[in-house]
Amino acid sequence: MTEVRVNCSGETCPVPLVETRKAIRKAQKGDIIEVIGTHPASKKEIPMAVKAMGLELLGIEEEGEVWKIRIKV
Amino acid sequence: MADKATIIVHSGDMDKVYSALIIGNGALAMGMEATMYFTFWGLQRLKKGGLEKGPLSKMHLLGLGKWMVKQRMKKANVVSLEKLLTDFKELGGKIFACDMTMAIMGIKKEDLREDLISDYCAVGTFVNEARDSKFTLFI
Repeated sequence: MTEVRVNCSGETCPVPLVETRKAIRKAQKGDIIEVIGTHPASKKEIPMAVKAMGLELLGIEEEGEVWKIRIKV
Repeated sequence: MADKATIIVHSGDMDKVYSALIIGNGALAMGMEATMYFTFWGLQRLKKGGLEKGPLSKMHLLGLGKWMVKQRMKKANVVSLEKLLTDFKELGGKIFACDMTMAIMGIKKEDLREDLISDYCAVGTFVNEARDSKFTLFI
């Protein structure tokens, strides 16, 4: 099991979603992906994608403008 | 089988090609399959060196409007059409080129970015893709 970090700070639509999807495609089952970003809509939409793909959302943290989403593949 | 999205890219206008590619990437990113079918003015954008050449659909103003929008996009950190296109392929999206457009406009395969194109086809292929799609767009 590996943990991957995807940093999308400062990126806008559709980059955070796309980079998250790339990481998911490369991951093995059981891997954990941590996505960091600042684009407000992606904070809501990445969890939607996680749900649509039947993956596990481990948590969402926020500190000011920055959010961090953890996903288990 | 995953849900599918099919997008016809008929317009070659820069802003519309942006919309089409963002939606295509979004569909793939949300776990769908996606097909983009480039025809007419849209296919011009798949010519070698043609991707960025489209005018703005409104207020192009001989290129001034496009230049202004590009400046604003740069400021907003919007990615290039090139990145959207390569991301679309990397995420497993399929790109089709309309062979009738190629005949009408005298476009040869070697004029196009063949590495990106999955197939050269006609309306039957589009209908076959569209019939299984959750959403189909004509842009």
